[in-house]
Order: sequence, then C-alpha cells, then structure tokens
Amino acid sequence: MDKEIMKLDNVGLIYQSKNGETEAVKNFSLSVKEGDFVAIVGPSGCGKTTMLSIMSGILKPTSGKVFIGGKNIYESKTYIGYMFQKDELFEWRTVWQNIMLGLEIKKQNTSKQQEYAKKLIEKYGLIDFVNKKPRELSGGMRQRVALIRTLVLMPQILLLDEPFSALDFQTRLSVCDDVYNIIKNEHKTAILVTHDISEAISMADKVIVLTKRPATIKKIRKINIKGETPLKRRESPDFSLEFNNIWKELDR
Amino acid sequence: MNKRREISQARQQYLKRQKNRKIFVISMQILIIVLFFAIWQLLASTGVINVFVFSSPIKIVQTFGDLLASGNLFYHIAITFFEALVGFLIATFLGFLIAIILWWNDKLRDILEPYIIVLNSLPKIALGPIIIIWFGAGTKAIIVMAILIMIIITIISLLNAFLACDKDKIVLMQSMGANKFQILTKLIIPNARTEFLSVLKINVGMTWVGTIMGEYLVSKAGLGYLIVYGSQVFKLDLVMTSVLILCLLAGIMYGGVCLIEKLLNKR
Repeated sequence: MDKEIMKLDNVGLIYQSKNGETEAVKNFSLSVKEGDFVAIVGPSGCGKTTMLSIMSGILKPTSGKVFIGGKNIYESKTYIGYMFQKDELFEWRTVWQNIMLGLEIKKQNTSKQQEYAKKLIEKYGLIDFVNKKPRELSGGMRQRVALIRTLVLMPQILLLDEPFSALDFQTRLSVCDDVYNIIKNEHKTAILVTHDISEAISMADKVIVLTKRPATIKKIRKINIKGETPLKRRESPDFSLEFNNIWKELDR
Repeated sequence: MNKRREISQARQQYLKRQKNRKIFVISMQILIIVLFFAIWQLLASTGVINVFVFSSPIKIVQTFGDLLASGNLFYHIAITFFEALVGFLIATFLGFLIAIILWWNDKLRDILEPYIIVLNSLPKIALGPIIIIWFGAGTKAIIVMAILIMIIITIISLLNAFLACDKDKIVLMQSMGANKFQILTKLIIPNARTEFLSVLKINVGMTWVGTIMGEYLVSKAGLGYLIVYGSQVFKLDLVMTSVLILCLLAGIMYGGVCLIEKLLNKR
C-alpha cells in the first residue's frame, strides 16, 4: 500500500495574461502514496483549483514535473478522475447515459465495462434511477452519480475540487460521508481541495496548508483522529484541537 | 405516486378550478375573433365603414371562393410556402454550420466579429436592389432575401449559446480525454438545445417577413404578390384575404416547430 502514486517535483506555474504575469504556484513538491486521502486547504484565491488542473494533466506547469506511477504525466495513460463543485451532470442525458459518458469518449463502451458500471450502480443504490434525468434526483444523489461517472473509468487517483460546496449544510455532511465511504470502499487515492478546514480534517489523513498566492506548501499535518467516517471524526474531541491547529496555521 | 390514491376533495376542487379556467380562456379567445369579424361585418353592412377601402368578412369569403374556383389559390399559397420553407431551412442550417465554425476557430471569430455586428444592424431590405440584380427577379432573389434576414441573428444566437457552456463541463470532458470534436458533439451542441429551439421559433416568424418582403420587391406569384397587386388595383378584398391566409400559414408553421420542441423535450 505504500507505493508512491503521484509525485510533484518543484512545480511552478506562471500565468500570462493581458495585465501581466501572475505567479500562481511556486516550488510545489508533494508525494502521494496509494490509498492516501490528502486534503489541500488554503486561503481563497490562492490557486487551489490551479493545482488540481496541473495534477490532472489539463494544465502544463511552467516549471517542474508531475509524475503518475513513476511516469511523466503526459506520457502515462492513467486516467485521473475529477469531481467539481457542481456535479456537472448533463441534463439531457439519463443517469445511465451520464455514467457512460467517459466510456463513450474513450470508446471503451464494451459489455465488460458496462457490467462494472452496473455493479457500481447497484452497490451504491442508484439502480432505480438509471433511466431518470438528473433533475429528478436530489443533490446528494446527483453527486453520487457524478462520482460513479468517474469511477467507471477506473481512475487511480480522484481529484475533488470542493465537491460539496454547492450543497446545503445538512446534505453536505451526509454526502461527504457517502463519498468518503465509496472512495475508501473502492480503495482509491484521493486529493481534496477545499477552503473548509473541518471538511478537510474530517476526511483526510494528511492536510496540506498552502500560503497565499503564489501557492506553496506552508505546512503538512498528519491527521490522527479516531473515527471511521467523517461524521464520527467530527464527534471526536481531537477534532476541534486539530481544527484550531490548522486554523492558526492558515491565519499566520 | 404511481399507485392510485383516493383524490381528496381539495384536490378535486383544485382540478375543477384549473379546468374551468382553461375553458374560460379558450372561450374568450374564440369570442374575440368572432366579435372582431361580427363587428367588422356589422359596420360594413350598415355603411359606417367604406367596404371599398375596408373590405368585409363576407367579401373575403367570396374572394376566397373565387380564388379557389379559379384554381389560383393553391398555386399562390404553394409558391409562398415553398419560398418561406426553403429560406427557413437553408438559413437555419447555414447559420448553425457557421456558428460551429466560429466556435471552433476563435481567431476567425475575432477577425469576423466587426463584420457580423455591422451586417446584423444593416436593414437587409437595403440590399434588395443588389439581390435582384445578382439573383434575377424571381424565386431565387426572394429566398436569398429571406435567408439574409435570418442568418446573421441565427449565427449570433447560436454562437453565444455555444460559448455560454459551463467551463467546468469542458474541463470534465478534457479530464476524460475528449477531443474537440467530442466536446462539440457530446456537450456544446446538446447543451445549446434550448437556444436552438428559440432560434427556430424566431426564424419561423422571420422567414415570412423575408419572403413577403422579397415578393413585394420582385414576384409574379405568391401571397405577397397578391397583396401588392390587390393594393395597386385597389382590390382590398384580395389584400385582406391574402393577409388572413398568411396568418393561417404562419400559425401552422409555428405549430410545427412547437411539435418538434415537444418531441425533443420528450427524449
């Protein structure tokens, strides 16, 4: 389980725009091991989403390298799952068609892959909704469909970009639990980006605190809170202690 | 919800109110049109308005009958309907195609932007004489006129709809390894379906504007021709009859688009 799956080596990114150059990321080095759940927190506008774009290979850093499973990210064919603030389901497709989207794009829409998709759908309680349109589903269920949509492509790593911020607080807690359980169940490595400290410590084994722009690592904290799920962790007395630690770190 | 339940009394009353409201609206709609023609006829029969200038419903029916008997009616209707339909189809298809090209190529989009804006604000009828010289005084010129009226606004509306697509949805497609063509066909085009339908609805009205305008300029047949001819020889009966037939045709074509909308939304 201790195999290194993702490595960022001295990554930096400078944006060019009409108004000049912006250094968004600087000297960012990180090693993620298989099965890790890493959370990245930082002040808003510090380039957290930029980090995820680099890790997914959509954005090329101006300096440094990104490795997936020991290979350069642009040479490796590994799929990296991406979840957004909104579920980004396509309203004109049914739940099933939404889940099939990635397979259609990759032209892997084989019966074997469909079988796997069906298994996931059944396992996570969506079997009755496969022919429904997304608008007929609750916010939590929509997010679950979005997660399965990425899981059918068998990603090695899941990138989560504040995936719960569009939900109301009540749903957010239960969906957070839900998503966490699915990720752990499927033994996926996950990198979560958020500005919500409590969300980060309730889910992650490792929290990375970023500085203001240009984003660089200020502190890496291992989280050791007892509790098997985010909800249980929130009940632990260590939780608020850890919260204060990171909050102070961010504030400084 | 699937199970049959006993309908509560409040629910029954609500449904009844809704039904009554619908009946009321439809009967008022019918009443208005009946009253309109009745008053028109009454004023004409009593001599309050000059029948020679205002025509009258009875005269319109007579004219309609004459046209029908002479066999000319369907000839004129067919010509105008053909021009309107062809103009509508070509303008919508070409506009769609050009909007896709401009979405695909942002450099081209920047280059052409000022030209599209100028063309959009230009009153297309100003091009009438040029069109007649280039395409001849016939059906071709009329269809070109109709296309010109529709195509620019079609391009602008569809391009804006394409560009309004959520950035995160595009990133999602990219993260799954989609190429630009897949992004276009699986995301950009279906995402713009609402705007596409509203463009269809606008065009189905505009095509009649273009066709009749074209027929005013050049034509030897068609409903626009009948209107111009009728006014020139002061046969207001003919003018009014043609206008009423136009109303009917435009309504039928609009109904067709609404049907397409329903089918698309069902899928």
